[in-house]
Amino acid sequence: MEFENNIAPVLELNNLYKSFGENHVLNGFNLKLYKGENLVVMGKSGSGKSVMIKCLVGLMQADRGSIKIKDHDITKLGQKELDILRTEIGFLFQGSALYDSMTVRENLEFPLRRHKKQLGLNDHTETLVLEALNNVGLAHAIDLMPAELSGGMQRRVALARALILKPKIILYDEPTTGLDPITAKEIIQLMRSIQDTYNTSSLIITHDVDCARVISNRMILLVDGINYAEGTYEELIVSNDPKVQAFFKN
Amino acid sequence: MGREKTFVDNLKVFFAEVGDISYFTARFFRELFKPPFEFKELLHQCFNMGNRSLLLVGVTGFILGLVFTLQSRPTLMEFGAESWMPSMVSIAIVREIGPVIIALICAGRIGSGIGAELGSMRVTEQIDAMEVSGTNPFKFLVVTRIVATTLMLPLLIIIGDAIALLGSALVENLKGEVSYLLYFNEVFNAITYGDIIPATIKSFFFRICNRLDRLL
Repeated sequence: MEFENNIAPVLELNNLYKSFGENHVLNGFNLKLYKGENLVVMGKSGSGKSVMIKCLVGLMQADRGSIKIKDHDITKLGQKELDILRTEIGFLFQGSALYDSMTVRENLEFPLRRHKKQLGLNDHTETLVLEALNNVGLAHAIDLMPAELSGGMQRRVALARALILKPKIILYDEPTTGLDPITAKEIIQLMRSIQDTYNTSSLIITHDVDCARVISNRMILLVDGINYAEGTYEELIVSNDPKVQAFFKN
Repeated sequence: MGREKTFVDNLKVFFAEVGDISYFTARFFRELFKPPFEFKELLHQCFNMGNRSLLLVGVTGFILGLVFTLQSRPTLMEFGAESWMPSMVSIAIVREIGPVIIALICAGRIGSGIGAELGSMRVTEQIDAMEVSGTNPFKFLVVTRIVATTLMLPLLIIIGDAIALLGSALVENLKGEVSYLLYFNEVFNAITYGDIIPATIKSFFFRICNRLDRLL
């Protein structure tokens, strides 16, 4: 595959296990994300996609397995090192997760507070906020509260917030969920243009086939906690496997 | 057999809760003295909690003083001791009733607000977003709120006590034709710093305990 011929993966999950009591969500899941790649992970609701992505940024502890981001095994990192590594990762949450007591400006400034010294961004807060908002076409909404924005606008602000530290890897947790088809398409286009502008690697968790078709370079189907099938959209859509076909039928 | 099991289960739950409270308290004190400090958020919370509770504390204090005086007055009159009213009311309110009632009112008012706010932030993944952006949510959300309420409660109690005494003075003025000047002269003759300071310190601890309990 085109990206595999590149260098080492920027993100790698090996043999990941996660259970909640008797519910075994991940049963040895593997994943490699290469530089500049858009990798889509698809799975049914409750199949463990969000759990996987939360393990990836250290919001949840995996029971077993290794998670490597740029050669750092995050399961072995201390809190300080993990926080530094997180500056290289942008995370778009399923429900946008904007801080509802803060304005759009404060939402975007929030990730900068802790890291701007370390990244040498001391005097550029306003410029960075405006740049990120311009990239998502919402500079005019800078002083609005999240409650004053539509669902699509909130998602775009959340995307701007994920981009503010200019991360190398962006994780999208169901970026089009809860949006109407037109707004969903706008978000997908925005994700593509961001990928072009920032040359990021993206891991996209979704069950939206249209989103996967448009944006993916490669796809992994997560079934029963393992990578059940892997390939490009075109390869998977012609598969005869009934479990694979179930994703594309509708 | 079933009874025994229930008792053992309850005991386990009790000790688990004691463990949770101890862990939470230890974590609070550890995070409290560890930089970075969230001063801006602390000031914001102090303003929020102090300012938002002021009206409720004022109204409660006023009614407390008013009713306490109205109800005590006939009894004191029977013994011809109505001149003792200002000192009795002021000592009772400043030493005990004021701190207890206002701490309870604030527990309900601020505690439920914080519970709802943090619960909603958890459900909408705002706390996760905070953690991903390198901010310690416990320090930013929990420590600041505990410290803010702990600092604000003594001030609210002093304001509440003052308004309660004003309510009491109003009744005395209307019913007993006692001037405000005379009433407050009697009040300040009766109470000393020895009454105010322990009550304020007590409220400080009421607040920490109450906050820890609410946030658990």
